[in-house]
Amino acid sequence: MSIEARFRIERIDFLLDVDLNLPIRGITGIFGPSGCGKTTLLRALAGLERCDTGYLRVGDDLWQDNGYFLPTHRRALGYVFQEASLFTHLNVMRNLQYGLRRLDRHRHRVSLDAAIQLLGIGHLLERNAGELSGGERQRVAIARALAVSPRLLLMDEPLAALDLARKHEIMPYLESLHEELDIPVVYVSHSPGEVARLADHLILLDNGRVVSSGDTLETFSRIDLPLARDDKAAALIEATVAGHDDDYNLTYLDFPGGRFTVTRRELPSGHTVRLRVVARDVSLTLAHQKDTSILNIFPTVVEEMIPQGSAQVMIKLSANGVPILARLTRKSAALLDLAPGKAVYAQVKSVALLS
Amino acid sequence: MPTEADFTALAITLQLAAITTLILLLLGTPLAWWLARTRWRYRFVIESVIALPLVLPPTVLGFYLLIALGPNGPIGGLMQTFGWQPLAFTFTGLVIGSVFYSLPFVVQPIQAAFKAVGDRPLEVAATLRASPLDAFFTVAIPLAKPGFLTAAVLGFAHTLGEFGVVLMIGGNIPGETQVLSIAIYEHVEALEYGRAHWLSGMLLVLSFVMLMSLYALNRRFSLFRT
Repeated sequence: MSIEARFRIERIDFLLDVDLNLPIRGITGIFGPSGCGKTTLLRALAGLERCDTGYLRVGDDLWQDNGYFLPTHRRALGYVFQEASLFTHLNVMRNLQYGLRRLDRHRHRVSLDAAIQLLGIGHLLERNAGELSGGERQRVAIARALAVSPRLLLMDEPLAALDLARKHEIMPYLESLHEELDIPVVYVSHSPGEVARLADHLILLDNGRVVSSGDTLETFSRIDLPLARDDKAAALIEATVAGHDDDYNLTYLDFPGGRFTVTRRELPSGHTVRLRVVARDVSLTLAHQKDTSILNIFPTVVEEMIPQGSAQVMIKLSANGVPILARLTRKSAALLDLAPGKAVYAQVKSVALLS
Repeated sequence: MPTEADFTALAITLQLAAITTLILLLLGTPLAWWLARTRWRYRFVIESVIALPLVLPPTVLGFYLLIALGPNGPIGGLMQTFGWQPLAFTFTGLVIGSVFYSLPFVVQPIQAAFKAVGDRPLEVAATLRASPLDAFFTVAIPLAKPGFLTAAVLGFAHTLGEFGVVLMIGGNIPGETQVLSIAIYEHVEALEYGRAHWLSGMLLVLSFVMLMSLYALNRRFSLFRT
């Protein structure tokens, strides 16, 4: 099962030209700089943006094919807009029921109660839409989109209009959405942190064109993509909780390349977490350093090197098959005589837990 | 004290204003919707035509309507060939004149309200399975409610004060086309200042109360102000 989408949308100073094949499961992130066409692509998937030449098939359902165009209200989708989009003439409950009441009974898959509980908005039902905080409004909007039991949930930067505290408030709900309801999500974002945390599949968009489409972890480790030129370019690593150190209050996280030691998190053993290792926080040594304060040191092999600017070089390492990125000065790389195939030790100064 | 003829004039005036407002809301809503949402580049031509009664002397509008609706006019003549009475100097003729005369006062507030609602709520409704017609009635109209209130009150109040158009196409037939403003004029002409006072006072209070309720209500809705 997949989504097949081909669109060509011409605007006065902009052209979106994409040909995509996406998995219908998990979260697919559409990532790119402002103005790259992310939102236009999402709107085209929803049928809100009309283009004359296009093809869209979601699973077995044909939504668009040149002359054929299924209008938005007949597509089995949910849409969460970037800014508050609640109907201000209705209270929260009426907002939630708006789509539900227009749905054929046999299409009910998500109960309203489940959506209300999942988003934690049970105490808001009688309130007016205009009285809610930004974070509450967006949670209601997500629940409202879920209540129509969509086969595909489209989200256009649902966190962009919120401050950091509100983002952290909503993030766990987005994660549980993914885990508890089996609804595929297409998630547009311009924040590397958000897609790194949420997306399983990642599409990079630039200037109306698809730069890459693939597994999120793999995409982040590709040093030939624009992502790697970001100041905070990072490798994503999946690890499992191996245990805790009660004396020093630490948590051990195992991955195929070794064991990370991080400050303690209350996570059960066996739990899978996603780690983010920023390339500029990784340094390389030829010998295994013993007299260092750095705890996370892994034997690796240099796989690929790409110069960045005139002074720096981005290096992709393989720690027993798991990619780690390191950004060094060109001089350091020359002093260590780095080349693909060379064995080095990667010293990871800091690591962030994403979930 | 006002006489029975004065009360008849009041009744005709209120009836005329009510019928005119009703027709204008029915005709003006789709027109305002179209104007608020069309991307047609010559939309401004239609907007100018609708706004004409704001600047045109009512007698000019009345004169042309009289020509058109009279027995020798294009509409009046056509009606005569079907065996119908021409509309000039009838209550129906007054309604037609009033509809033109008060058109901008109804269309413009509704158009502005629809514009203020914007595309987004309708897109949201579409993603929630509402057809365009469904979304129009359950989202666009409720959200534009303050605009409708303004339109209804302005349309009604403006028709109450109509004088020039009525005089031109309705004449001054007591019990049929004589409205309050013309009755007042008649009283002043006949130097019956006492009766003119009564009628003017009634119109003044009526208009004031209506506008006051409008502003009070619209403050509560707070989406749209005139």
